[in-house]
Amino acid sequence: MAVAREAEPVGSLHEVREAGLDREDLLGVYRNMVITRGVEERGHILYRQGKIPGSFYTGRGNEAAAVGVATAMGPDDVGAPLHRDMGVHITRGVQPWHIFAQYMGRQDGPTHGRDGNVHMAESSLGLIAMVSHLPAMLPVAIGAGLAFRIREEARVALAWFGEGASARGDTHEGMTFAGTRELPVVFVCDNNQWAYSTPTHLEYATEHVADRAQAYGFEGVVVDGTDVLAVYREAKRAIEKARAGGGPTLLECLTLRMEGHAVHDDAFYVPKVMFEKWAESDPIERFRTWLRANVDMTDEEEDEITTGVKKLLNDALQRAEQSPMPDPADLLHGVYASAEDLDTPHHK
Amino acid sequence: MAELTYLQAISDALRTEMRRDKRVFLIGEDVGVYGGAFKVSLGFQEEFGPWRVIDAPLAETAIIGACTGASMMGLRPVAEMQFADFVSCAWDQLVTVAAKQRWRVGTPVPIVVRLPSGGGFSGGPFHSQNPESSFAHVPGLKCVCPATPEDAKGLLISAIEDPSPVLYFEHKHLYRRIKGEVPEERYTVPIGKARTHRLGKDISVITWGAMVYTADEAAQQLENDGVSVEVIDLRSVMPWDKAAVLDSVRKTSKVLVLHEDTRTGGFGAEIAATIAEEAFEELDAPVKRVAAPDTPVPFSPPLEKAFIPQVEDVVAGLRDLAGY
Repeated sequence: MAVAREAEPVGSLHEVREAGLDREDLLGVYRNMVITRGVEERGHILYRQGKIPGSFYTGRGNEAAAVGVATAMGPDDVGAPLHRDMGVHITRGVQPWHIFAQYMGRQDGPTHGRDGNVHMAESSLGLIAMVSHLPAMLPVAIGAGLAFRIREEARVALAWFGEGASARGDTHEGMTFAGTRELPVVFVCDNNQWAYSTPTHLEYATEHVADRAQAYGFEGVVVDGTDVLAVYREAKRAIEKARAGGGPTLLECLTLRMEGHAVHDDAFYVPKVMFEKWAESDPIERFRTWLRANVDMTDEEEDEITTGVKKLLNDALQRAEQSPMPDPADLLHGVYASAEDLDTPHHK
Repeated sequence: MAELTYLQAISDALRTEMRRDKRVFLIGEDVGVYGGAFKVSLGFQEEFGPWRVIDAPLAETAIIGACTGASMMGLRPVAEMQFADFVSCAWDQLVTVAAKQRWRVGTPVPIVVRLPSGGGFSGGPFHSQNPESSFAHVPGLKCVCPATPEDAKGLLISAIEDPSPVLYFEHKHLYRRIKGEVPEERYTVPIGKARTHRLGKDISVITWGAMVYTADEAAQQLENDGVSVEVIDLRSVMPWDKAAVLDSVRKTSKVLVLHEDTRTGGFGAEIAATIAEEAFEELDAPVKRVAAPDTPVPFSPPLEKAFIPQVEDVVAGLRDLAGY
C-alpha cells in the first residue's frame, strides 16, 4: 500500500504562476529541456562517429524531472546530480561545449579528460561531481546540507539517486542522518524503472521508493516525472520547506528510461508495450503541447527556440572539437590538493 | 611545555584548532555527550555546542560522506571512527569519492579522519587493526601515524590544515601509556617528514606508530652487544620520507623494516622495494622485514603476543643483520 503522497498534475496556469513561473520562465524551462535532449542526441552521434571513448549514457525521458527540479533550486543551493540528470547541468548554466569536450576526453572539458561522460560538475554553479557508485553521492550532498545547518545559512542541498541506488546502504545511512538532524536536504529519486536490466520489484518491495520516507521521519512524494510543471511545483515545495527548517523530503519522479542503460544496450528486456505507453507522455512533447494550449506559445517562438538551440549546439560541437587532447605530461598533477585549490569563495 | 599523554596531546590539538577556526567541527559516534569512546573529546560539546561536536548515528558511510560534502562547502570536518577497524564501512566514501575528487574534477576535500588503531590489549580481530597500508595505496589520500605526544599534536594540526583528505592513525596502545613534553602553543609537524628517534651507525630500523618504542627497546639491547642502531620514525606513511630513509640506509648499510600491520603487502614491502631499487649498491645485507603474520588479529593474550612484533623479534632480526 502506498504511503507516500501521490502528487496531482498541475491544473491551471494560475497554479503555475503561484509557484513562481511567469511566461518567460516557462519558455526558458522548455528551452532547457530541448537543449538537454539535444546535447545527448549530439553525444549519441559523436559516439557513433567514434569520437567518444568508453561508453555513453543518456537521460532520455528524464528531461522534465531534471529540469523541473533544477528550476526550483535557489541560486545558492547545491546539488549532486547523476548520469540521467543532464538537465540539471543545463539549467544551472553549464555550457554545452564544455559537455561535448568532456564527452570526447578533451582538455577543455570540466575534468580535462580525467573522467568521462556525466562525471563532471562545475562547482561554481553549485554542483558536485558524481562517481559511478551512485548512492555514494547521497551522503556527500547531505554533508553540504550539514554545512548549511552548522553555519545557519538558508540554503538547501539536493541529493539525486535512482531506484537502483535506493537498494544500497548509503541511501539508508544518508536518509537516517538527514532525518534525525532534520537537515535542509531534498532527496530526488529518478525512478526510471530499470536499473540496467533489473526491474523495480527486484530493487524495492514497497509500492513506491518514496514510501520509505515515512520510516526516516519525513514526507515522501511521488510525482509524474514527465510533467515538468508538477515536478517543479513539488520540488519547490520541498526545497522551500527545507529552507524554512522543515527538514528533508523524498521526491520520487516516476519516468521510464527510454533507451538502454548505455549506448551498447538495446534494452531488449523492457517490454515493448512499456516503451509505447511512455512514449505517449514524452516530457518535451507534453510540455510543448501545454505551452501552446495554455500560454499561446507561437510558431515563431517555438521556431526561435528550436533554431537557437540548434545553433548553440552546432557552435558548441565545433568549439569542443577544436579543443586539444589532454597532455599526458600533466597526469601526475593534482593527486593532492594545494593551498591554492582552497582559494575559492566556499573556502574563505 | 607541559607533560601530556599521547591522548591529551590529540585533544589539545583538536581543541586548539576548534578554538582558532570556526570552520573546524568534529563528528562521530558518541563523540559529544560521552566525549568519545576514548574520551578524546571529553568536554568539547559543552565548549563548542552540539553543531560543532556532532553525535552521529551508527553510520560510518554517512559520517565520512557528510564530511566530504561539508568540506566542499568550506568547512574543515574531523571525523572520528570509533575504532580504525570500522573505517572499512566507509571505504567507498574515502577511496571512491574523497581521494579522487581533486584529481578528477578539481574539488579539494580537506577532511581529517581520526582512526584509533593498533592492538596490544586483547581487542580481537575487529578492534586492533592497522589498516594504513590499504589507504596508503590509494592515490589522493594521506596517512599519518604519530608515535609521540609532540607529533600527535603537531600532525593533527597539520592534518586539519591540509587541503587533502588525511587519515590520522592514533595508536590506542599509546593513548595513556606514553607521556612527553608538548609545547603549549600551536605548532605543526610537516606531513611527509620522518624523525630520527634514535641515532645510530650500524643498522637502521624504519618504523612508525607504537613500533617506534619496540624498536627503541630492541636498539637498547643491541647497544649492549656493541651494535649501534638508528631508529627512523616515519611519522607519515603517505607521503613517506624516502630521502630520510635512504640517507639512513646509506649511512648504516643495513636495514630492518618494522610494522605492526601484517607482512604481505604491508607498507614495509614498499619501503623495502624502494631501498632495493635506489640503494642496492649501498647495502651490506638483504633488507629484513619484521611484521605481524598474515592472519587476523587474535584475541587471547598469548596469541596476540605471538601476532604483534615483540622486542625479542626485533632483537633477533637485528642480530641476524649484525652478524651478516
